[in-house]
Amino acid sequence: MIEAAPLLSVSGLGHDYDGIIACRHIAFDLWPGEVLGVVGESGSGKTTLLNALSARLIPTTGTVRYRTREQGMVEVYRLSEAERRMLMRTDWGFVHQNPREGLRMSVSAGANVGERLMAVGARHYGEIRAEAVRWLEQVEMDTGRIDDSPRTFSGGMLQRLQIARNLVTKPRLVFMDEPTGGLDVSVQARLLDLLRGLVGDLGLSAIIVTHDLAVARMLSHRLLVMWRGEVVETGLTDQVLDDPQHPYSQLLVSSVLTP
Amino acid sequence: MTGRQTMAEATVTVRGLAKTFILHLQGGIRLPVLQGVDLDVQAGECVALNGPSGVGKSTLLRCLYGNYRADAGHITLRDEGIVVDMATAEPRHILAVRRRSLGYVSQFLRVVPRVPAIDVVAEPLRALGVSEEAARERARALLQRLHIPERLWALPPATFSGGEQQRINIARGFAHSFPIMLLDEPTAALDADNQGAVIDLIRDARERGTAMVGIFHDPAVRQALATRLFDMKPP
Repeated sequence: MIEAAPLLSVSGLGHDYDGIIACRHIAFDLWPGEVLGVVGESGSGKTTLLNALSARLIPTTGTVRYRTREQGMVEVYRLSEAERRMLMRTDWGFVHQNPREGLRMSVSAGANVGERLMAVGARHYGEIRAEAVRWLEQVEMDTGRIDDSPRTFSGGMLQRLQIARNLVTKPRLVFMDEPTGGLDVSVQARLLDLLRGLVGDLGLSAIIVTHDLAVARMLSHRLLVMWRGEVVETGLTDQVLDDPQHPYSQLLVSSVLTP
Repeated sequence: MTGRQTMAEATVTVRGLAKTFILHLQGGIRLPVLQGVDLDVQAGECVALNGPSGVGKSTLLRCLYGNYRADAGHITLRDEGIVVDMATAEPRHILAVRRRSLGYVSQFLRVVPRVPAIDVVAEPLRALGVSEEAARERARALLQRLHIPERLWALPPATFSGGEQQRINIARGFAHSFPIMLLDEPTAALDADNQGAVIDLIRDARERGTAMVGIFHDPAVRQALATRLFDMKPP
């Protein structure tokens, strides 16, 4: 089935830092179950855009509208602070490149996952723990490590834990900033495979910022190519990568080393 | 444009298709490849694209799949009774058409690392909501039919030989019975025995009514599969 209404609708979005433009004129719709990749070099405005979309940075101009479960379309930056926090804790997820930014390093792995559940009202210890175990399994972690501190985990395990923490509340939209960026190539491949499976099985919508075109090809249905703060090209992922139209997209695609 | 219409005569209809590549990194050189291409493909037909190297056979195939963006013209086909123009459809519509109605066997297998061959083959069915068991059952039958040794099924195809990878690719392409198939040199890396198995598989699909467009350089393969040639000339 093809859905008739978008999940997220962005128009005229822009942000500047003290007059320096980070991104501008951003407009797109994200559809349920769709994975959108945002590609472009460092400094092209990708991360600012992701933050402005995900209520982590109030944009200078433009609107971000999101279709909530209860109230239909809402304007994200017209919600109260409390409503916005609730959205971020429940219906949205955010996966940071550095998992330490998305985890609480001082509490156990299980608590990291359970905490998000408690934030949405879960109180029964046994159920929370069972759910945490289930999610550690989903992200292919050794559940025997549930009571260990994340400080004892490798980078790949931390990233898995961060993903579990995000998905436990069954969000409908997940933002990801270079989710495989800091990892060894072998760990990256496994994580990509895991992410791809989870996104497909759960029917998640996602916006993934990456400078790695192979990651973009593997995970996303559609691409936005950013250059100097603007979207210069958008389209089906394989079309943009195999038949890029804009000079910058052509440069980006032709600069990749293929092993 | 997408809309409900009466059944078109042909399964695939191409009208006035044009494609020019503009190479911005080479000073904006324009390479016109396709111009005014008209083509009709009926169910049960296998149309072989014919012409010298560089004439745009692969480009046409890729335009039909929505992989290359058409500059002008229409590529209409039916997806579950609804007519879709691949030249103008939105990405999510193109993906839905590819999932349900339009298959493509490329020359090379491109897959996620680490995924076992059997799941690579089963994946198109899983994407349609077929149960894991039923999808794997179909995958096993195809792998057997294409002579992939059973000991390889649980391994990721990255380390397989070229011929094995190509057969995995074909098995994946034919896992779901697409009404329309695009084939880009499906037998190029195969020995005679395996070539025969692949030809049988493709011919069966054609006889079941699949509409096909393909590139077959090997004259014997073309002879065995094509019901018609489509001659292409440089624009």
